[in-house]
Parts: sequence; structure tokens; C-alpha cells
Amino acid sequence: MNNLLEVEEVSKNFGDFIALNKVSITVPKGSIFGLLGPNGAGKTTLIRVINQITMPDQGKVHLDGELLKPAHIKDIGYLPEERGLYKSMKVGEQALYLAQLKGLSKAEAITRLKYWFERLGIGDWWNKKIQELSKGMAQKIQFIVTVLHQPKLLIFDEPFSGFDPINANLIKDEILRLREEGATVIFSTHRMESVEELCDDIALIHKSNKILEGKLINVKRNYKINTYEVGIRTEHKKKLEQELANKFDISTANFKTLEDELKLNIKLSETDKPNDLLSYLTSKGEVSHFVELIPSVNDIFIQTVRNN
Amino acid sequence: MNHLSLIIKREYLTKVKNKSFIVMTILSPIIMIVLIAVVAYLSQLNNDKVRVISVLDESGFVQGVFKNSEKTTYHMLENMSLEEAKTVSKETASYGLLHIDKFDAIETVGNHIKFYSEESPSLTLMSNLEGQLEKTFTNIKLQQQGIDLDLINASKIRIDIAQESFKGEKTSKIDSFAKLGFGIAAGYLLFMFIIIYGNMIMRSVIEEKTSRIIEIIISSVKPVQLMLGKIIGTSLAGITQFVIWMIFGGLLMTVVSLVMGVDLFDSTTPQQELMQLASDGSSMDFYFESFKTAMQNLPLINLIMAFILFFIGGYLLYSSLYAAIGAAVDNETDTQQFLLPIIVPLILAVYIGIFTVIEDPHGTVSTVFSFIPLTSPVVMLMRIPFGVPVWQQLVSLLILIGSFMFAVWIAAKIYRVGILMYGKKPSYKELIKWIKY
Repeated sequence: MNNLLEVEEVSKNFGDFIALNKVSITVPKGSIFGLLGPNGAGKTTLIRVINQITMPDQGKVHLDGELLKPAHIKDIGYLPEERGLYKSMKVGEQALYLAQLKGLSKAEAITRLKYWFERLGIGDWWNKKIQELSKGMAQKIQFIVTVLHQPKLLIFDEPFSGFDPINANLIKDEILRLREEGATVIFSTHRMESVEELCDDIALIHKSNKILEGKLINVKRNYKINTYEVGIRTEHKKKLEQELANKFDISTANFKTLEDELKLNIKLSETDKPNDLLSYLTSKGEVSHFVELIPSVNDIFIQTVRNN
Repeated sequence: MNHLSLIIKREYLTKVKNKSFIVMTILSPIIMIVLIAVVAYLSQLNNDKVRVISVLDESGFVQGVFKNSEKTTYHMLENMSLEEAKTVSKETASYGLLHIDKFDAIETVGNHIKFYSEESPSLTLMSNLEGQLEKTFTNIKLQQQGIDLDLINASKIRIDIAQESFKGEKTSKIDSFAKLGFGIAAGYLLFMFIIIYGNMIMRSVIEEKTSRIIEIIISSVKPVQLMLGKIIGTSLAGITQFVIWMIFGGLLMTVVSLVMGVDLFDSTTPQQELMQLASDGSSMDFYFESFKTAMQNLPLINLIMAFILFFIGGYLLYSSLYAAIGAAVDNETDTQQFLLPIIVPLILAVYIGIFTVIEDPHGTVSTVFSFIPLTSPVVMLMRIPFGVPVWQQLVSLLILIGSFMFAVWIAAKIYRVGILMYGKKPSYKELIKWIKY
């Protein structure tokens, strides 16, 4: 079994409102899976179905080859987007309570909490109350509580909100380390740069339907635009630009260079080969810049959502 | 450890360790005792004042009738006109002037007695005077008719109808008072308990919503478990508080009455004095004696069992509704609209209990309302001291348990959806929709 989580044609209606319409996703074991979509697309409902908070009207969910059942609660760690802690309860007591709810024994929970508190440098917070902590500090506690019971599947909904860049980096490294140790991660966010950085696979949900899914690299290949960003040093800029315009679809590019180069985006047709373009260009002048334009997740997101 | 007991433990400990809870637990009985002590002290102070009453008896019928008592002194005026008497009693700062005019017939005298005073006289005093005068005048009239008073006194026969049920349980009128007291106390206790701790449950659900911890919790436990855990944990905290109040209050009461010398349990109020007067000679001892038997006559085992069962059933029924309301809204100000349909049957139950159960504990109204689930706990608790057939108690209890389970089911549905809804106050229509999800 190479997939940790398989969601098959899950549908959920709230009265007349369709929150999920036959959504299927497959999360490979050991991957970081980006669950993307505009606000109100149905991401949170899907996550709640996986967490057994909401029961689907139709469809099935398999976790590690087994149909989802109440005992799986301890195999999942969930950091919701709307999260908080009991304000008047002490940090340690609270973490202990939440850990025990996930099925850890008290002694085990204390040992692991001590380890994590030391690890994230918050060892002296045990007896503080949540209302004395800043938002970022509380987020650290929530993160610890999510991962403490060493679940197979970790679900993070906007995990970096409320963190300063240093702590965001710290958490990012922890997520990567957990993956190294064998956890699978579902990661829902609107920050495309972190998707770019972390995710192996993505799925895009829009208006209750899944409209895109796959390995990030494959998705990017499918969305490749066959466009190259080039810079050429030549005496005859006007002439060359005219010649290229006759052969290809070109537009002005914008990037930093040392000399006054001709800067263009050149879109090749299906039959053109980039090597042919390069040798053509080298014959016309000195090529200082030749880069294939790869669509960013941000572009893919916007383009796909617009087209639907 | 399973989830439910973890939740109950947390709910209980956070409630009990909460500062305002501790303060309330300690302060409430102190405040109550201080209040009672102040009231008792003040009414005693009031009673201690000796009233002087001037009496102008022109008829000569009431010589030697009025005996000075601890609180009232009678000042007999002689040989003066009414106007003079008024001046004298004003000058001597009397409480008032009782004027008995002179007529031939004793009935006419009796009909023309007047009381003059600066302000309206106290009700107790007037009935006291009327009682004494009535007795005296009746006796004189009897004597005038040539009837031997001693004979009348000797012929007085005291009747006290002994009541006994067909099953052989002895009862009396005093019994009815004791039963009523027991019933009202039990019903009222339940009423208070539901209001105080139901609200507490509601607030703790709202707190989980506003602090946004709810989604973290219910990814680990079922919403129903969380709800039941909250209800049970809060109730246990409530019982703890109640028990502390009872013990602490009782102790304080004893200490205060010992130290201050104010007998809080048995301060003779003017009302009691009046009752004593009305009972006409029959001693207070007699009352205490019959009160004791009345207590023994109460179906105690049935009462205690029923109290526990109906209390738990009624409380759980209402508190699951409170929990559902807490889940449906975001903050306490939004709860009013939903609280109304809960409070109305509760208040209705107390009034029906007090008014119809006194009138006829086994009448149609009280019987019907002791089966309707939202009112049955209170009304049934008030009826039971008067002896309710076991089958009725069982049926009512079964209905209560059934509707409790139904309420938990409904509440759990609302709870499950409501705890994840933020930002808007739902309408009743939406709540019904949630139940169908």
C-alpha cells in the first residue's frame, strides 16, 4: 500500500448547499500534500470528513488501507485553522489533557511534552496560563499538541499564521523532520510560496469540486507554456527583434542584466525545439540569458480557478 | 482512561478551581446568614419597643380585662371626656387611644368601640385587641343571659379528627403542611439548581467556542461525549457547591446564633404570636408533637428515591437543552431568545406546583403536569409527599427518561453542527435544519 489516505467520491450537503461534490484525493505515504482552493471551496469540510468530525453523505475514506473508523483518531493529528486553547488553564495541564484525549497515558504524555517543550525552547511555560502568552506562543503549544501522539497523518490548516519568520521557519523545519521520520502531511494554505517550497503533491478544490490533482512537478509540466526568457547582446537590437517577431510569438521581458541587452519572452510552438532557438540566437549575438519559464503554483492556481 | 471520564474530570476541576466559584461558594452562605441575622435582629429590635395604649372605658365592661404584657402596656384613663383623653394620650406619647363608649345594650357598646392613633395602627395589635374584646364581651353577654361560664368551659370538647388512609397510614392537617413544605422545598431546589448550573454549562460551551479550542477537542472525541462530559462535570461541581453551602451554612447558623444570642431558628415573630393567639389556648407543645409525627408519617424512602431520580432526570433534561443553546450561539447576549422557551415551562412548573398542588394534589391539572416531561420533575416532586401511586411515579419517570434521551439526541445534533458555526445567530428554522443534517 503506497497511499496513506484515499478519499473516494466523497459528497457532503448542508441542506441545499453542496459542500463537497464527489471529491476524491489520494495522498501517497510519506508525502507532503498541498490541499489548495479559494475561500469557501470545501477544503475545511474535506478535512473535517477525514477527521471524522463531519460524516460524509456519500463516498468512502480509507486510511492506511482500512476504512476510516473511530480508532483512527489517534492516527491523525489535526491543527485546525480556527484554533485556540482554554484561556484560564495552565499550559502544561492543558497540553496533558489534550494529549490524553488522543489516547496517550499520563506518564507517556508528560515525557513527550517535556521533550517537545525543550525542543521548541518553551520549557519554562509549563505553569503559565494561555492568556499570558502571545498568539505565536500559543501556536507553538497547539503545534506540539498536534504532533505529540506521533500520528501517521498530520493535517495542518494554515500552520504558519501568527508566526514571525523565525518561528515559521522553525515550524517548517519540524514539519520536514516529521516527514523524514515517516509521517504523511496534508497541508492546507493560501501561501503559495510555502506550497512551492514544501509540497510533493497538490490538489485544487474549487466550488466543491476537485479540479486538479497530481505530483506538483507533473502539474507544472502540464501547465508548461513553452516560453523562454532570453537576453542577447547584439549591435542590431531592432533588426533582431523584428526577425524574431516574424518567426515566434514574442513579448518584452523584464529581468536584471549587466549590459543593455535585448530582453524577450519567446513562446515556441509545439514543433519548435529549444535547442534550435538557442543555436539560432547564438548565431545572432552573445546569449547572456536563456531560461525556461516554469509556471508558479500561484499562476496555476489563478489560471485554473479562472477557467472553471 | 477513557475520554468521558477525562472530560468530566477536567470540567469538574476547572469549575472547582475557578476563583469566582470559590468566592461564591464561601461568600454565599456568609451573606445569607448575615442577612438572616440582620433581619432577625431588626425584627427583635422592633418587637422590644413597649407600646403604651391608653384605654378610656366609659361602659365599665372591660375593667381588669387588659393585662400588661412584655410588649404592650395598658394605661387606664378615668373620669374624663373623649377630648381630654385624646389630649392626655397624645401628651403621654401613647401608641393610641382605645375608646369604649357607654350604651345600655352590650351589643351597641361592642359596635361602637373606636381606636384613635397618630398613624394607622399595626395589624397585629388590632387583631390582638379585637380578640380580647370579643372574648370579654361574649362572656359578659353569656352571663347576662344567665349562662354559667364555668359550665361552658367545662363542657368544651376538643375535636381533632384523626385521618387515616385506607392503607392504614395515619395523617393529620399538620401532615399536610409538612408535606407541602417538603414538596415546595424539593421543587424549588430543583428549579434553582437547573437555572444556576444550566447557565454554567451554557457558558462553558460558549467559552469553548469563543476560545476556538472546540475543533481541536472534537477531532479527538465525539461531540456527544464532550457534551455529556460537560453536563456531568458541571453537575458534580454544582453538587459540591451545594453540599458545602449546606454544611457551611448550617455551621455558621449555629455559631452566629450562639455568639449573638439571637435565636435564628425560633425567633418569635409577630405573626407567630398571632397564630398562638388564634389557636386559643391549645399549647405550642401540641403542635410540635404533631409535627414530629407528621415527619414520621412522610413516605421518607419514597421521597428520597423520587427526589434523587426526578432531580437527576429533570436536571439532565434541562441541561442538555442549555448545552444545545450554548452551541448554537457565539456569545451570551444571543442566548436570551432561546432561553425563553426553557424558562417558561420551568416557571410554569413551579407555579402549577405551588398553586394546584396545595388545592388538590391529585387533581387533573397537577396530575397531567406531573407527566409532561418539562414540568414533571418539579410538579411530581411536589406531589409525592401526598402519596402518589408507584405506577404513576414510574410512568412519569419513564417519560422523563425517554424525553431526556430525545433531548440529548436533539441537543447533540445541534451541538455537533453549532460548535463549528461562527459569526451569526441562527434562527429556529436553521436549528431545525441542523437537526436534519
